[in-house]
Amino acid sequence: MQTMIQTETVKQKKRKKQKRWGIHLFPIPALFIYGLFIVYPLVAAITYSFYDWKGIQKQAFVGLENYKNLFTLEPFSGMFWNAFGHNVLYFVVQMVVQNGLAFFLAFIIFQKIRGAELLKMAYFLPRLLSVIVVGFLWKLILNPNFGALNVILSKLGLESWKKAWLGDPDTALMTIILVNCWFGLGFAILIFLAGFQSIPKELIEAARLDGAKGLTMLRRIMMPLMMPSIMIMTVLTFIQSFEAFELVYAMQGSQGEPYRSTDTLAVYFYRLAFGGATGDSTAIGLGSALAVVLFLFICVFTALFLNYMKKKEVEM
Amino acid sequence: MKQSIWMKSFYYIVAFLFASISLYPIILMIVSSFKPTIEIFTNPLSLPKSFHFQTYEKLLDQVPFMTYFYNSVFVSVVSVLLILITTSLAAFYIARYTYWWNNILFFVFLMGMMIPIKLGIVPLFILMKGLGLTNSLWSLILMYTAQGIPLSILILTGFFRTMPMELEEAARMDGASDLRILWNVVLPLMRPALGTVMIINFIQSWNDFFFPLIFITNEMKKTIPVGMLSLFGEYSADWGALFAGLTLSSLPMLILFFIASKQFMEGLTAGAVK
Repeated sequence: MQTMIQTETVKQKKRKKQKRWGIHLFPIPALFIYGLFIVYPLVAAITYSFYDWKGIQKQAFVGLENYKNLFTLEPFSGMFWNAFGHNVLYFVVQMVVQNGLAFFLAFIIFQKIRGAELLKMAYFLPRLLSVIVVGFLWKLILNPNFGALNVILSKLGLESWKKAWLGDPDTALMTIILVNCWFGLGFAILIFLAGFQSIPKELIEAARLDGAKGLTMLRRIMMPLMMPSIMIMTVLTFIQSFEAFELVYAMQGSQGEPYRSTDTLAVYFYRLAFGGATGDSTAIGLGSALAVVLFLFICVFTALFLNYMKKKEVEM
Repeated sequence: MKQSIWMKSFYYIVAFLFASISLYPIILMIVSSFKPTIEIFTNPLSLPKSFHFQTYEKLLDQVPFMTYFYNSVFVSVVSVLLILITTSLAAFYIARYTYWWNNILFFVFLMGMMIPIKLGIVPLFILMKGLGLTNSLWSLILMYTAQGIPLSILILTGFFRTMPMELEEAARMDGASDLRILWNVVLPLMRPALGTVMIINFIQSWNDFFFPLIFITNEMKKTIPVGMLSLFGEYSADWGALFAGLTLSSLPMLILFFIASKQFMEGLTAGAVK
């Protein structure tokens, strides 16, 4: 009897050990796929940027040559700063128009107006379309000859507002950014609305009893508590603006027509990597250098910003 | 909240105005898809004189839309399944075991949310070529799975941590293996979180245009978004068919949204708010 119990416990221990070993297999599939298709390409892109390339054949190690060319050699440096400026504008306009408007609309929905659910659905609907569908749909709507927008403008008596929105270098970029705002508005509203809804009701009630209302209420009571959702939207908008590719590609092609007035860094990167920057040849070394610069820029700014907001949150 | 009637009506007008701006282009797209091209050109805003399905017939003649559709369904469904399997295993491990490296592992996965992976497209392209996966749907499936892993692990780990351990411990006492506990005890309780993961990743892989643009050149392997690129490239004068193509490619997502709008809206924001 004694020995039987003993063997039993030994067996159990053994089984336990086997179990413990097996459990370490659990994260392996995710880690493998993630490592191979996310981490590896990133590390590889960094090493690629230190080499000279012919097509997709790696040539000699050239150190920082690609980086130097990216910033000093024409036409590359000109294209870089041109595109960079467009990305900055992309970010600023999205922050002001899309996020500003979304904040206000979320505030309205938060006032418990009727039909809030339906309104939310309506705002959100564009977000379900593929970006390429959004781009093509608006290209048709904005068409100077047959597009719906110019027809609507003339019906409203605004003949003089009619324009070749995408054909004119002065309006093309702004038009694309506004289409992007149309696409992203509903998502931003939902984020801000979740922010408003997380404010404790007692707090609002107490402030109201103290006589706070309207703008005072919004600024003094709600604003500090809205900071987390404002922070999230700012970071997401920042990343998305500096990655902007699909909409420009769909509406203006890989050259950022007209006259590169809609070029962005990601579109420029695409041209360098897959041909079309200067003639038909690819420039993988330069493209990789650009990718690394853009990646560092996005990461550093996001980290700095998150850090700054965290500090502020503690102060408040 | 008490407000003046003026304020209230101002709110309604603004809310309604922007709701119309959000909706109108989509309605215009659907309505125009039932009009012959000539009617779109002469009368872009009117309702169709009669429902005209020839635009759809033409669309299906011009491009292999059903092939695109099948490819999109296959890619989205398989990648969502792979994400569910791999991330529930990984998140279970991260949330339920307390080895010293678990936090590091979690952090490594979360870093992925900050990586703009499009910028790694050159090494990815060379890698896919090396694996013989260019022009294969598997290049897309693997990419979408990899891309979906970080956020899905974040959501599932968060959910695992809120769940009481008692049930699992009871099952463990009964001698169930870890895999069995995960499958039979834990996952059935996780439906809301799994639903969120499904929705986020389904939208992502259904709508993505960037990776098939790079990896796929074979017409028969294209998904709907790049298929639209061929349609607009070759038949750009036939607006009826173009609108039909746009409508048809958005329809599945719109239908799913109307079936489960709440889950869609909550799911997509859940990822961001965390």
